[in-house]
Amino acid sequence: MLKGHQSWVFHPKPVLVSTAAVVGPFEGRGPLANDFDIIHGDSLVGQDSWEKAERTLLEEASNIAIERAGLTKEQIQFYIGGDLLNQITSSSYASRTLTIPYLGVFGACSTSMESLALASYLVSTGGAKHALAATCSHNSSAEKQFRYPTEYGSQKPPSAQYTVTGAGAGVVSLEGSGPLIASATIGRVVDMGIKDPYNMGAAMAPAAVDTITAHFRDLQVGPDHYDMIVTGDLAKVGHAIAAELFEKHNIPMHKTRFRDCGMMIYDYEKQMVQAGGSGCACTAVVTYGHLVRKLRKRELRRILVVATGSLHSPISLQQGESIPGIAHAVALEAPPESLTGKD
Amino acid sequence: MANKKLKKLTPTQREYQRLALSRMPKRSVAKNSLRAFLAGGLICLVGECVQQMLIHWGGMNERQAANPTVAILIIASVVLTCLGVYDKLGQWAGAGSAVPVTGFANSMASTAIEHRSEGVVLGIGANMFKLAGPVIVFGTVAAFAIATIRLIFTQGG
Repeated sequence: MLKGHQSWVFHPKPVLVSTAAVVGPFEGRGPLANDFDIIHGDSLVGQDSWEKAERTLLEEASNIAIERAGLTKEQIQFYIGGDLLNQITSSSYASRTLTIPYLGVFGACSTSMESLALASYLVSTGGAKHALAATCSHNSSAEKQFRYPTEYGSQKPPSAQYTVTGAGAGVVSLEGSGPLIASATIGRVVDMGIKDPYNMGAAMAPAAVDTITAHFRDLQVGPDHYDMIVTGDLAKVGHAIAAELFEKHNIPMHKTRFRDCGMMIYDYEKQMVQAGGSGCACTAVVTYGHLVRKLRKRELRRILVVATGSLHSPISLQQGESIPGIAHAVALEAPPESLTGKD
Repeated sequence: MANKKLKKLTPTQREYQRLALSRMPKRSVAKNSLRAFLAGGLICLVGECVQQMLIHWGGMNERQAANPTVAILIIASVVLTCLGVYDKLGQWAGAGSAVPVTGFANSMASTAIEHRSEGVVLGIGANMFKLAGPVIVFGTVAAFAIATIRLIFTQGG
């Protein structure tokens, strides 16, 4: 189970039996549109506030994932989730309707993999038969809480990131067909003293590098072990810095495909997103929508998803604190060949 | 100032800050200034046209036309904010759309829209000046300071 300093290698390997990704209209215009289960035409999702819209997205994603797993809510032992809003209200209010025993977690934008790692641990050790990991974010509720009102005409610098509107959910079970969850590495907080909330990629890049390096060290593997290593939401600026840090530490990342969810979800040419996407939903919808489909089709065999989060609040920044970064990694494997026909 | 801040950091942090800073995408000051000049100038031109119209067809003199002109610009800005246009203009124009009175109106209208969900009093009422408030506070303080200086010099001279 525990391997090395901060990693879990799962025996037996839990199965990600079903996943769901629900997004807003802006994400639906991006290059991954075909991999999402629901694309809403209205960013309010028929609700009367951004916060309620965010919660609705999470409820929808969770319900689709549960239904697709062929389960009912009663059969899921635990729901592990979190989001970006104060007191993780989206997740808590969503679990009010889901009525599944609930563990709220906060890892900012790294919540997607934090919750998946914990759900896998619970299932693998017999703590649960089925666990649900889900997270969400909404561009407008994040803007409202962390930045300026959505309609305020301020200019964003090119390193700014666009919070993804959407929600992703995955059901983890001991048996069933789907990608296997092989291992997970829990990251530590790394703070390199970046204070600019419009440059979160640079704030989180060292955390991503730290966690990936720790994963290699703990599991005694190299980048070539994976077809793809994908970071959460470093976006253009942070991803370039991370690549540079790997080079500096002589880690041969060129032996794998090193990508970033925040750079995959939007079309830079057509969409005004500055550096790329961010938010809890960024990694969640790209992983649960796009990457899981690739694993099921066996176009990818082994991937490492490294969700990155910056753990600041608007108040901590106004008081002159820097941005602490964190990253959690989960390794996913394509389902064994004999089970792929089921999808 | 920047060096003083860096001193608190460890050498690794300092090295990383340098790396991060060098990888920041550059913003062209010239391009941004030109855009601000064009957008800000255009808004002022519109204001001037409105004022001239009020003078020629509204039968006002220049002094009388000033306040209605500002009111019309504010209404236009609020309408554009409600239509979701002003934030896009702001991304392009930068200071050009932030500095004129339309920017001030936008800052109030956008917070009002944003916090409508928390109620009329504690939502709209309490948040409307969240962004515009500092302008008023420091504008008043600055006016008081300047007025005091003027009083001292005019009395003394």
